[in-house]
Amino acid sequence: MPTFVHTEKCDGCKGGEVTVCMYICPNDLMKLDVEGEFTGHAMKAFNQEPDQCWECLCCAKHCPQQAIELRPFQDWVPMGGKAIPLRTDQAIMWTIQFRDGEVKRFKFPARTTPVGSIDPYGNKPEPGDLDSPMLFTESEVPNVNPSA
Amino acid sequence: MSEPSFGNPEVVEIETDILIVGGGMAACGAAYEAKRWAGDDVKITLVDKAAMDRSGAVAQGLSAINTYIGENQVEDYVRMVHADLMGITRDDLVFDVGRHVDDSVHLFEEWGLPVWKTLDDGTRVDGASWQKKGGKMLKDGGKPVRSGRWQIMINGESYKVIVAEAAKKALGMDNIYERVFIIKYLLDANEPNRIAGAIGFSNREHKLYIFKANAILNVCGGAVNIFRPRTTGEGMGRVWYPVWNAGSTYAMAAEVGAELTMMENRFVPTRFKDGYGPVGAWFLLFKSKATNGFGEDYVVKNADMLKDFSPYDEAAVVPTCLRNHAMLKEMKEGRGPIYMDTPTALANLAETLTPKEVKHLEAEAWEDFLDMCIGQATVWAGLNIRPEKDKSELMPTEPYLLGSHSGCSGIWASGPEDLNGTPDHYHWGYNRMTTVKGLFTAGDGVGASGHKFSSGSHAEGRIAGKSMVRFVRDHKDFTPTFSQTIEELEEEIYRPVRNYLEHKDKTTAEDINPFYITPRNFQLRIQKTMDEYVAGVATYYQTNKILLEEGLKYLGMLKEDAKNMRAKDLHELLRAWENYHRMWAAEAHLRHILFREETRYPGFFYRADFPELDEENWHCFVNSRHNPETGEWELKKVQWVPLVDHSTGFKAGQGGPGETSKPANV
Repeated sequence: MPTFVHTEKCDGCKGGEVTVCMYICPNDLMKLDVEGEFTGHAMKAFNQEPDQCWECLCCAKHCPQQAIELRPFQDWVPMGGKAIPLRTDQAIMWTIQFRDGEVKRFKFPARTTPVGSIDPYGNKPEPGDLDSPMLFTESEVPNVNPSA
Repeated sequence: MSEPSFGNPEVVEIETDILIVGGGMAACGAAYEAKRWAGDDVKITLVDKAAMDRSGAVAQGLSAINTYIGENQVEDYVRMVHADLMGITRDDLVFDVGRHVDDSVHLFEEWGLPVWKTLDDGTRVDGASWQKKGGKMLKDGGKPVRSGRWQIMINGESYKVIVAEAAKKALGMDNIYERVFIIKYLLDANEPNRIAGAIGFSNREHKLYIFKANAILNVCGGAVNIFRPRTTGEGMGRVWYPVWNAGSTYAMAAEVGAELTMMENRFVPTRFKDGYGPVGAWFLLFKSKATNGFGEDYVVKNADMLKDFSPYDEAAVVPTCLRNHAMLKEMKEGRGPIYMDTPTALANLAETLTPKEVKHLEAEAWEDFLDMCIGQATVWAGLNIRPEKDKSELMPTEPYLLGSHSGCSGIWASGPEDLNGTPDHYHWGYNRMTTVKGLFTAGDGVGASGHKFSSGSHAEGRIAGKSMVRFVRDHKDFTPTFSQTIEELEEEIYRPVRNYLEHKDKTTAEDINPFYITPRNFQLRIQKTMDEYVAGVATYYQTNKILLEEGLKYLGMLKEDAKNMRAKDLHELLRAWENYHRMWAAEAHLRHILFREETRYPGFFYRADFPELDEENWHCFVNSRHNPETGEWELKKVQWVPLVDHSTGFKAGQGGPGETSKPANV
């Protein structure tokens, strides 16, 4: 299932028109309840279509308040399991909690360069012949060898 | 719920030379390459229904790059793809991806993607540690950690964010429209079979977008949830491929008359049960075995059965569908469940490891899920499954249509012009152009050429991106002209909204209303039809001519009802048109299965009335075209022509470094 939003942690991204979770969700699931008409919680975000949630946690990873968490789909998974991300620019830390209470923590690299540092064409060759099969970064490409 | 202005959107008209429709790996590759060739002379615009940082199939991240040629020969990659997809692939397209793909991987690493390395002393280190330990970048001869012959391991949580950053910077955000969903392409009013533009809408503002373009790249991913998924209730979005891949690529191409190819193909991945967690690293990296409920290796046990599908059973890597075929026999005969024996695999590995290394191995196993399938980690956590102690169940999933993974559904696209031995019908002028002039595709869109995965899709996007700049250079004097007025286009896009506004107050419960159908129920109808008539899980992937003809009848009624879909807000309008696209993809799949009278992909689906592989009559492509003038579908056989000698791909022992008998799909 789906991600859910902790009422106490969500600040509606402080009144912006689009919250971070709304911006980032690949499936257009997160919605800011401006007037509280959908949830009773004005200016807080919610998952408007939980059964279409891919559980990618893009919303949770990017939420500036860490207000979003995943509750596994309840039509099958027993209660109590969790996977909580804490993502920085360079790494991601995971807290896994089992139903029986055991907790495991893992930290994995996510990026080796500073965010925003990519210079797409810096130190790259100028484009060559538009009619050749080569991409602009390539100086040669093989042809197929039927007997190779 | 609806605002008064909802039915009267602002219309935004944009003219561009090149329009990239989609924001995934292929789109990012196209943006990066095309902009370099275009300079400031050619205008390039990208439109994505989500946010590029987290759109497409790599939104969640990945734990491996599944196509990196490295020390291998590209010709062997062509052989592997051919064998895994049961002999009907376009060697020219596959070779072209193979010869360019490593360049994209090298860019990813340069941009900041952590790639695991094997150090000189043979130890393997993660993608952020090798710099301190004397490792090298891949492009400088650094050795990746191979999980299979073609796959390399990465720490890929931010894979898409990194690739998107390069594409966004290349194009500039002024040329990128996020949260705009394209629903149809438009043909030119003056020149037949010529693309002229695209229409869509914002799912954030009441705005209708009309793009006029000289060339369009159609890269919106594969088709997910056209079959009833195994997940139920709240879990229905937790499927294998991304739930937002709505078949738009195939639907929009078919609607304007582009020729499709191999739409009978599908992918039925075997994955960890319920969470759809990846199995590749378990098979390839951790050397785990899969068995039936009684501990028997079902591929070994049923090897004789696979001989019916010779020579593909002798491929260096046993084709994915044949492994499924062997597994399904065990399931049907009551010898389930199917297990991945993770405890034995980890115990075997631990024998030669220090306790610290064992702990690292455990982390690697969890990372495989957490980088790309968090849902599986929570399924394990909720079920108290610990891989070092408990075996895990495997399950073949519902079918998916895609062209980039271990499948080859898609659009018939022109190949490169320079490859030796390319027949005329593989090539008509511009690389990756479809049969509609000016309409290009890549990634999941290009049919008959699977196993590109993330890296190959990026590389193919780059190929298409360059090709489109060339096309625009050669067609400078084209002026796109639509035959429909803006009012007519607006009326069509917003019809679901008008249906809602007109009828919503006629009943006391707006979801139960005889005058319209909700997008949700529309989707469930597609899924039930496909599941029960077109070889879904309900029938153990079996169908026949009679079932298919029944299914086609019901899809026909669904098509009639499509004009009665409702949308109560912009989110539901998005769903309405996504499901319209799913309907088209589903129909194409059904028609192709009906046409191909053999069982080419046992384990993916069975024509029970033609249960055998028929190399004599069906070793050919099946292409289809929906005629936009008449609405009729035409299907035909198209000759398969090899560019390499494939016989060597079927001899035992021909596999290169890292080759195993396990599946190639991670």
